[in-house]
Amino acid sequence: MIELENVAYSYGGGELLSDITLKLAPGSFHFLTGPSGTGKTTLMKLCYGALLPTAGHLRMFGADVRGLGRDDIALMRRRVGVVHQDVKFLDHLPLTENIALPLNVSGRQAEAGGTDLEELMSWVGLTHRADALPPELSGGERQRAALARAVIMSPDVILADEPTGNIDWEMSQRLLRLLIELNRMGKTVLIATHDLGLIRATKAHVQARVLRIANRRIQLAGADL
Amino acid sequence: MGAFRAIFKGDRQADRVVPPSGFTAQLTLFAASAMAFLAVFALALSLASGRLAQVWGQELAQSATVRIVAPLDQRAAQTEAALKVLQTTKGVASARALTDAEQEELLAPWFGPELAMENLPVPRLIEVVEEGEGLDPVGLRLRLSAEVPGAVLDDHSRWRAPLVAAASRLRLLGWISTLLIGAAVAAMVTLAAQAALAANAQVIAVLRLVGATDDYIARAFIRRFTLRALLGAAAGTVLGMVAVVLLPDAGEAGGFLTGLGFRGWHWVVPLLVPLLVGAVAFAATGAAARRTLRELT
Repeated sequence: MIELENVAYSYGGGELLSDITLKLAPGSFHFLTGPSGTGKTTLMKLCYGALLPTAGHLRMFGADVRGLGRDDIALMRRRVGVVHQDVKFLDHLPLTENIALPLNVSGRQAEAGGTDLEELMSWVGLTHRADALPPELSGGERQRAALARAVIMSPDVILADEPTGNIDWEMSQRLLRLLIELNRMGKTVLIATHDLGLIRATKAHVQARVLRIANRRIQLAGADL
Repeated sequence: MGAFRAIFKGDRQADRVVPPSGFTAQLTLFAASAMAFLAVFALALSLASGRLAQVWGQELAQSATVRIVAPLDQRAAQTEAALKVLQTTKGVASARALTDAEQEELLAPWFGPELAMENLPVPRLIEVVEEGEGLDPVGLRLRLSAEVPGAVLDDHSRWRAPLVAAASRLRLLGWISTLLIGAAVAAMVTLAAQAALAANAQVIAVLRLVGATDDYIARAFIRRFTLRALLGAAAGTVLGMVAVVLLPDAGEAGGFLTGLGFRGWHWVVPLLVPLLVGAVAFAATGAAARRTLRELT
């Protein structure tokens, strides 16, 4: 799915990440952890083409990102669902239209009104909020809406950057269960988080690998978790 | 062309992704209509002065006047002599002495109709109509001065040339004004589009994240600004054309000072203004959107 080979990323003279080699295989479940400021978000951005590696090779679905044009990146993003910590919506459109946005921008409007959307809304527990505007939603509702928007195109990979960053424990458990469910459906999942409790809670349900960023490099965390 | 067609076909969903902007939308409409209004006048000016230059050039080039300034008792004889000379001059189609009645009519605006012409040493006028290449004024003057001492040839070119030059310059200024108005529309739409793109940075970021192509995002903005400019320009053009229609008519008194307005097929020209403004807005918004989008990931 996504392969990094000796990838490095530096800006402003300093190297933030170096010599990262990582392979997200289909159906795998990874956690990415490490102290804040070590480059978790940067690595996530590299994985969906928002940043280009300054060295090494990064392949998305077999294609080197450096050779991709802007439109290729756009098409690639339809196969990758992204959930941010501070998720952004189109604040003037109701929730349903925001969740269906990926369908609309990729010319699949016909599906936007279908039963799939309704099912998805109830799966994330937001059916009763369908007509609400994004600024009216609570933190947990926003995160679940973001997840729904990320998966509506049935992507192969789901990247979640601190998805539980500003929601309470119970809500983050709920969100995590949704992500585990997606993984069981065969989706590749990568979650960046500094919340070790969350990782422990997940490991009981799914075989997750934990990657830690330290000293600009990535390591496979041991059994201490 | 396909993109231009897509503007009119529209995509209701794509339109909705850009939040509505009430006040700036009205400003764009207003500026486009004001520019179109001015463009209609600049066009009227250009076309009318072009017509003026043509009329003056054509009518006056083919005619000349010979004035016989002589004491009353010699006037008739000298007129005869001058007509004889003119009949044998190359390039003259016909020469005719104006009658007393005609000369009275010409002078009436200045001296009133009651004037007794026969007692005044008014010069006799001979109207000369030229043909082909026209006459050679230098040669004719030499012959006239030898045979008819009181004859003065006025071939109109002396005062025609500056008039035609002035009219041509006026036409040029009119066209330059039209071009400047077009450039101002482009600048105005670019500023408005740039402001809208900057104000909607979050919308654009969200669209990029969920896999929208640059074309899709640009189209949403292009469509909005093109339609706005088109609508505003159409309103301005209609108002401008109505104002031109309502211009007071110079009528017969104006003579060849042709009225400022459109004639015949020229009425079609101002109708192109909204289309051109729309095309300018289309190109300007497209350029602004592509410039902004290139800087984003």
